[in-house]
Amino acid sequence: MAEAGGITTESVAGDRARAARTMLDQVVLPGEELLLPEQEDAEGPGGAGERPLRLNAGTRSRGRVVCGPGLRRSGDRLLVTKCGRLRHKEPGGGSSGGGVYWVDSQQKRYVPVKGDHVIGIVTAKSGDIFKVDVGGSEPASLSYLAFEGATKRNRPNVQVGDLIYGQFVVANKDMEPEMVCIDSCGRASGMGVIGQDGLLFKVTLGLIRKLLAPDCEILQEVGKLYPLEIVFGMNGRIWVKAKTIQQTLILANILEACEHMTADQRKQIFSRLAES
Amino acid sequence: MQADAKIRTESATESGPRGPSCSLRHFACEQNLLSRPDGSASFLQGDTSVLAGVYGPAEVKVSKEIFNKATLEVILRPKIGLPGVAEKSRERLIRNTCEAVVLGTLHPRTSITVVLQVVSDAGSLLACCLNAACMALVDAGVPMRALFCGVTCALNADGTLVLDPTAKQEKEARAVLTLALDSVERKLLMSTTKGLYSDAELQQCLAAAQAASQHVFRFYRESLQRRYSKS
Repeated sequence: MAEAGGITTESVAGDRARAARTMLDQVVLPGEELLLPEQEDAEGPGGAGERPLRLNAGTRSRGRVVCGPGLRRSGDRLLVTKCGRLRHKEPGGGSSGGGVYWVDSQQKRYVPVKGDHVIGIVTAKSGDIFKVDVGGSEPASLSYLAFEGATKRNRPNVQVGDLIYGQFVVANKDMEPEMVCIDSCGRASGMGVIGQDGLLFKVTLGLIRKLLAPDCEILQEVGKLYPLEIVFGMNGRIWVKAKTIQQTLILANILEACEHMTADQRKQIFSRLAES
Repeated sequence: MQADAKIRTESATESGPRGPSCSLRHFACEQNLLSRPDGSASFLQGDTSVLAGVYGPAEVKVSKEIFNKATLEVILRPKIGLPGVAEKSRERLIRNTCEAVVLGTLHPRTSITVVLQVVSDAGSLLACCLNAACMALVDAGVPMRALFCGVTCALNADGTLVLDPTAKQEKEARAVLTLALDSVERKLLMSTTKGLYSDAELQQCLAAAQAASQHVFRFYRESLQRRYSKS
């Protein structure tokens, strides 16, 4: 019986678990397992003699490592569940803990997370609550009392089809998401119904995070171009309004294209627009 | 000749890792090519090409919802004609494979829909559908516990094994086996077979498929790394 060649000696075992620290900023795939720093010494011979390079020779205190989006705990290791770049953030100032690990992935579909500020569209008014479409698997509920200065007599002026900027107070996989338009002190702080006109468009979640990063210059450059009002929702929706419709459309196109452009191409486009 | 049946010439224009013992056809993959679905991928194996789109986790009808995990739906559309019984059975096989791998418990009462469109069929269709579905699920960001791939083996009357057979080889073969393997330990997720074969031949095909799957997974890794290196 003829044998298919070349398969006998190859090991069929899956990838060995690797130290999380050696995989930072690299692309990880679903199914890979990562070892946390404290476990690296214990691996020894099982890791085929590999020892990760330690940059700081001091011992690391065993703190609590937070497992962010894209990672799950499996036993005492981290299992990667989404494809993307592995990132790590050290815990701030002196506090114990191993920091946060997460996977930066590119996604279009939003999953509600507690505390996220999102832009929703009111789809129905039923009794005392509004049903708001936030782009997730089910519409979020928004109580009419969750607006600044709203009482039973003084109802907010919200119609079906309005845009709402609010944050989630309840968002987990088992319950229907609930959002509010006030913060914990009862003030609106920018949330509520978004005004007339303007344009709402959808982008990927990664682009929103990139634009909202503290060191992002795209927003400042756009601001220098035209005076504008802009609202970012973590569910991938951006609402933008400028003086004329043409300017609004130009801004929308620039923001959508930002995802694929390099910094130089962007500067070229901005300078060309600034001249005209 | 036996050797000719096993080793196919490689048209090495584009992506697809090759070893001297690997007799898989040239493959290529493209992700995020459709604008409406949450994830999409196109997978080519030789002349067989399948386009996949994934929607999810999205709203689900109350009649179809499952209280503690996501409802996975697979829709397979043939190139010509209306979908028939063969498509239904393939849909079920693909759905069973995906359900074993997707972490549905993270999104209860939602639906994850995989839509597959056959663009061209030149043999090993089910394996190509499985590969396209996997790439599309990764593109959509659906949480998975491992990647999976499909490999087809054909056994000829004289006992030779051909991996990734063309349509002609499938028709002339004594048995055709399609196996789905996962990426963590190359375990078998799904197998569907047609024809006559012995127990030893089954083990042989499984071993060959496991070896071939390493090439496929390496290709997945390269293509995903290339995608993320652009950003």
